[in-house]
Amino acid sequence: MSGFWGVARAIMGREFLRFIHQRERFIAALVRPMVWLLIFAAGFRAALGLSIIPPYQTYITYETYIVPGLCAMVLLFNGMQSSLSLVYDREMGSMRLLLTSPFPRWWLLFCRLLGSTAISILQVYTFLALAGLFGITMPPLGYVTVLPGLVLGGLMLGALGLVLSSFIKQLENFAGVMNFVIFPMFFLSSALYPLWKMAESSPLLRDICALNPFTHVVELIRFLLYLQINWIALLWVVTCTIILCAAAVWGYDPARGLMKRKT
Amino acid sequence: MPDAQTADETRQGLEVRDLSFRYGSKVALDAISFEVAPGRFCALLGPNGAGKSTLVSLLTHLLVAPQVDIRIAGHDLRQHPRRALADLGVVFQQPTLDLSLTVRQNMAYFAALHGLPRSQTQARIDAALDRLGMRERAGEKVRALNGGHRRRMELARALLHEPKVLLLDEPTVGLDAAARQSITDHVHDLADQGLCVLWATHLTDEVRDADQLLVLHHGQILAAGQTGDLRGDKPLSNWFLSQTEVPA
Repeated sequence: MSGFWGVARAIMGREFLRFIHQRERFIAALVRPMVWLLIFAAGFRAALGLSIIPPYQTYITYETYIVPGLCAMVLLFNGMQSSLSLVYDREMGSMRLLLTSPFPRWWLLFCRLLGSTAISILQVYTFLALAGLFGITMPPLGYVTVLPGLVLGGLMLGALGLVLSSFIKQLENFAGVMNFVIFPMFFLSSALYPLWKMAESSPLLRDICALNPFTHVVELIRFLLYLQINWIALLWVVTCTIILCAAAVWGYDPARGLMKRKT
Repeated sequence: MPDAQTADETRQGLEVRDLSFRYGSKVALDAISFEVAPGRFCALLGPNGAGKSTLVSLLTHLLVAPQVDIRIAGHDLRQHPRRALADLGVVFQQPTLDLSLTVRQNMAYFAALHGLPRSQTQARIDAALDRLGMRERAGEKVRALNGGHRRRMELARALLHEPKVLLLDEPTVGLDAAARQSITDHVHDLADQGLCVLWATHLTDEVRDADQLLVLHHGQILAAGQTGDLRGDKPLSNWFLSQTEVPA
């Protein structure tokens, strides 16, 4: 078993080393949600009144409302960044090194997923700390109880990145992911506006948002930050994580997915 | 019992039987078979597009053919891929190094991917780098190394887990003459010490008369045998061209 842990340590360690070598990536990962929080939310606050909805027990500011969505946005961008680096690894050849390890491929991919999730969580906590500096705080214990939600959400969105990377042939195609995955997932969710508000303008849009797994990542994080569990969101996220992990293993199967094409 | 002994020895090397592979309707490999015994340097010679890289991908389990009978050091690649890959060292045509990490970090990463215990890793890395005269570069970032040193490092890394079979896919591409010579000589020495080597190339000057030779063209093996016997009196480059040239 020590070999399995050694592989996990090495793959996660490599992810971490690569991350600290890319300081720009870390700064960009923080600037993005901070811009939303401090500029977008300030402008939107007046336009969007919020009523009291669970898990909140009182009126909250718009900045407070979008914090869970921005945490999930960090996870989403990082999951996609990780899939981008997988495509890069494939073009650069280092993916071959990983996949010719004698350890089971599902374990190698899972370790890669854990590594990218750990980095996502590090970014989320840094973002929450920065938000706290600007006076946007959560219940103190919420910073602890949110951790399992961040792990699950990070795994789900990282697995989505893995699946996408197994189908994207070249780095150039990655711009499409931004347009067709990241933006629709983010905007068609409860990250920026509650679903009841969405229903006021379009019930269909609300239904689409309710079916978006990203909405459930946001809600899972939102409730856990306030020491509550949203069971429906939890079920959605767990189910999607399992399905996406299975799809990733399928996509990287040498007899079927990624490698079947001439790379 | 010389025949039985030879058969036993070959089982510790590389065996490929009736291997075919196609990309859609395009045939990349057409029922090829060969064996390489331990202690042999086998040159897989073929022009670009002959199917060499596809063969390397199949031998490294990056691709899987529907019907496949490949044995690496006696392990069936389909039934026991983990055991087979554990005995296989690979130098890919494409560099597979992490440029932002040091030589030692790259090697330690590989050692862990092959399940080497941490207690042995540093000693093995030092020994592998020593063999290729790279020990003093261990702390340098790979980005700072020239092409020849990067290749030597990849070779040192491929030997870290003490494989029984070494596979090299055009390992000298892009290197200057001195670096090419040095790597070619070193791998011939490794074969002399008992390693089973499959060296895919399109450069005839890397092949010696005593080497086993396979000529691959359009996915088929056109010729197989000892290089000196096959080429006869002709220079190998002329003989190779005569085998693979399309008649005018």
